[in-house]
Amino acid sequence: MSTVTTPPPAVAAPRTRRLPARDSDRFVYVLALPVVAILVFLVLIPMLATARSSAGGAGFADNYRSLLSGASGHALLLSVGISLASVLFCGALGTFLAVLLTRFEFPGRRLLSVFAVLPMALPPLIGAVAFVLLYSETGIVPRTLHSLTGLSPASSSIGGVSGVILVHAFTMYPYFYLSVSAALAGQDASLEEAATNLGAGRLRVWRTVLLPMLTPALVSGALLTFMMSMASFTAPQLYNVQTLTMEIVSARTSGNEALAATQATALSLVSIVFLVAMRWYQGRRVHRSLSKGSAAVRRGLSSGAARVAAGIGSLLLTLVLMAPVLVIVLVSFSVDGAWTTQVLPPEYTAANYQRIFTDPKSLMPVSVSVQTSLMATLAAILVGAAAAWVVARWKLAGRWTLDVVIMLPWALPGTVIGVNLVTAFNEPTAANLGLTLVGTLWILPVAYFVRFVPLVFRSTGASLEQLDPTLEEAARSLGAGPVRVLRTVTFPLVLRGVMAGALLAFVDGVGEYVASVVIYPPGTVPMSVEIYNRIYASEFGTAAAFGSLQIVLILFVLFASRRLEDGPRRRPRRRRTPAVKAS
Amino acid sequence: MIPIRLDHVGKRYGANNTVVNDIDVTIASGEFFTLLGPSGCGKSTTLRMIAGFVAPTTGRILFGDRDVTSTPPNKRGTGMVFQNYALFPHLNVAQNVAYGLVTRKVRTPERDQRVARALESVGLGRYADRRIEQLSGGQQQRVALARALVISPDVLLLDEPLSNLDAKLREETRTEIRRAQREAQITSVYVTHDQAEAMAMSDRIAVLDAGRLHQIGTPREIYNRPATAFVARFIGRSNVLDAKMVGGSGETAVVRLPGGATIEAARPADMATTDEVAVSVRPENLRLTEPGGGMLDAVVHAVEFTGANSQFEVESGGLKLSITAPDSAALPRPGDTVGVRAEPGHAWLVAR
Repeated sequence: MSTVTTPPPAVAAPRTRRLPARDSDRFVYVLALPVVAILVFLVLIPMLATARSSAGGAGFADNYRSLLSGASGHALLLSVGISLASVLFCGALGTFLAVLLTRFEFPGRRLLSVFAVLPMALPPLIGAVAFVLLYSETGIVPRTLHSLTGLSPASSSIGGVSGVILVHAFTMYPYFYLSVSAALAGQDASLEEAATNLGAGRLRVWRTVLLPMLTPALVSGALLTFMMSMASFTAPQLYNVQTLTMEIVSARTSGNEALAATQATALSLVSIVFLVAMRWYQGRRVHRSLSKGSAAVRRGLSSGAARVAAGIGSLLLTLVLMAPVLVIVLVSFSVDGAWTTQVLPPEYTAANYQRIFTDPKSLMPVSVSVQTSLMATLAAILVGAAAAWVVARWKLAGRWTLDVVIMLPWALPGTVIGVNLVTAFNEPTAANLGLTLVGTLWILPVAYFVRFVPLVFRSTGASLEQLDPTLEEAARSLGAGPVRVLRTVTFPLVLRGVMAGALLAFVDGVGEYVASVVIYPPGTVPMSVEIYNRIYASEFGTAAAFGSLQIVLILFVLFASRRLEDGPRRRPRRRRTPAVKAS
Repeated sequence: MIPIRLDHVGKRYGANNTVVNDIDVTIASGEFFTLLGPSGCGKSTTLRMIAGFVAPTTGRILFGDRDVTSTPPNKRGTGMVFQNYALFPHLNVAQNVAYGLVTRKVRTPERDQRVARALESVGLGRYADRRIEQLSGGQQQRVALARALVISPDVLLLDEPLSNLDAKLREETRTEIRRAQREAQITSVYVTHDQAEAMAMSDRIAVLDAGRLHQIGTPREIYNRPATAFVARFIGRSNVLDAKMVGGSGETAVVRLPGGATIEAARPADMATTDEVAVSVRPENLRLTEPGGGMLDAVVHAVEFTGANSQFEVESGGLKLSITAPDSAALPRPGDTVGVRAEPGHAWLVAR
């Protein structure tokens, strides 16, 4: 009856055995092979090609020594300085908005909270163009001030380095806003109540409870903003500020490929360090509410004057946030070449839109961007979703490496990705398997794929993480083999995540500028490059019309992917008979 | 209807993290067998080894004559009910129940009939078209049971299926599970940490702690004759007291408690002859007497009224005892001195 002291096994030989790898395990590793091969071929080898080419010209040592002096040294310092300032301003603006909107109730709060994420709807180039149109010396705001007060536009305009920082602050603060809002919303009100109950005043509650719990959100927001600022190219280009990304492109244009490669490699290293730092930081144990209490109640404003002030303040802030989009839409109806020194464009027409859809020359950039981005998106769905599944189910060591390699293109500046691809696929070599992409249309979808496959990977991965593993076990125990489990349980349940990522990848591909400008083949101009060309030719109307189309597309996609992520409850199917597809 | 044999099954992670240590048991055909223990005792790991989700490090698992140790879970023919039910959220109720039949290539007229019958038998016939999220917890639980039973499995595995239900529903559902299991006569393995649930449902119970098997027996055997101090404490309430063997012979031993009182205790036949033992006495088998009228005198520390009974915490020279006494007006109060007597035949020696 009782087996308190278990007798030694009857058979002397140890019964230890390793089970043969289960078929499901083997399937993961079989699928990993093509995924890894594609990533190595399109991400790692091009990166190494650039690193190798950085030894050319004046030689390895001299090239890297030049990073510490002269123009590139200055550019590196400038990039770091601008990035630090961007982190500071974005952090202040994003945290302020997050605290305001999650913790306080005031007139205009709902309006402001809708428009707080609007900067995410701006493609990078369009965002920068809008700020130039608004705040530069020839911009609307300084001209308005001039006509009202006689203040010279030069003294009220924001340009140069401050212009770049301004664009960064207003387009990158959502990184802080979103992470801090999420952290605040996830906090349990009872923690604050406990602190108050123990005698802490409101300030002390913030200092000793809330801020420490926000640290992870602030740190990840800061790392992300710094990385994105270092990679920024459009704002420096429009304000003509010689950051490192600008230096890379001008070095390439002037034929100094070795120097460009050196700068690109240095920038890659910085990005990789930040990517690894972010992964490490997110993987650490962080403060998290252990309880599942209710969220804190928003505090109302008591005095009437405060409510009026808050209402006016949020209205003004909403206007400032909306201004970039409004100005693009407004200018898109202006007549090319008519807007010279007036405050606002003097003549309006719908011809810009008409021309885009009727003139084959104007329609071409749209169809190039849509088609190449579509190709890239389809490839990203296949590879990104497969990679996410492989990483989620990988049981051996090395899972971490795969995760970092696929996220790498997300951390790399678009300029660097462009340079890497151009260096690797310039002429047939052993490393690129004799494939020449430079000068062909194929280089665009390849670049978009590399840049945006992490989006599909990440959103699929998030869906997989939410997937309850017992669902797959339940299917196994009901007799389904690994492939059937994947097809009938896993895939249908992560499909929304795959689609949300794919939509973002598609729309980012359509608006892509930074890598495109380095790689686009002659004769096939993608939409964003066309926008830049039109602005350069002072055809603001047509440029803004292209931009408006991109904004509409992004708004549509943001709306669709939010619906996908929230998952509107699907209607119950009206079917009487049980119907699981038999096969 | 097949027996399950766990042939010296063990599971170790890494070099020295043993979660299950050499479990050797045969579960009879049609038996309702429960793995009982606190969280982390290895009961769920054992169940998952039977299901095929975890590979044992040592030993073999046999379904009847078939060695399934390295058979993948989808080829084992088990039906499993998960703690969180693991119903597929993208399929409706009927599709969930049909899933195992589809994998078994059961064609439609028969499949629909079996699904309908299974849903009918758990009282959910009208819910076939519902989405999972539209069901209550108890209804989801019954869908999970129907899904596991509709495939007529050789073995039914249940992993704490009642832990997410409220108390009243839990009692109804355990009767329902047992009825369904008896009707289908399926060999079943049930995992729980709730000893009352285990006692009420099981043919036999295996008590585990820290990966070790402490005792296997019927609920009555385990309650009345716990093999170890752990079992005595874990099953119901018990006073487990360190004691020294001072006399007695055969099936009866006389032991001395700290403080000097002696008590006569039943002695299990397979117990090793040592001086250092422990004696287990249930609170309801101790009686309050006049001071000097029992084996020892003690001071009442606390009295708790629990309805039909009252719980006494008493102390005698460092020895603390719990006593259950039927409620009456003349019960002693905190601070009073009382005598304590053990009902003859209800004290039981256990390994320390």
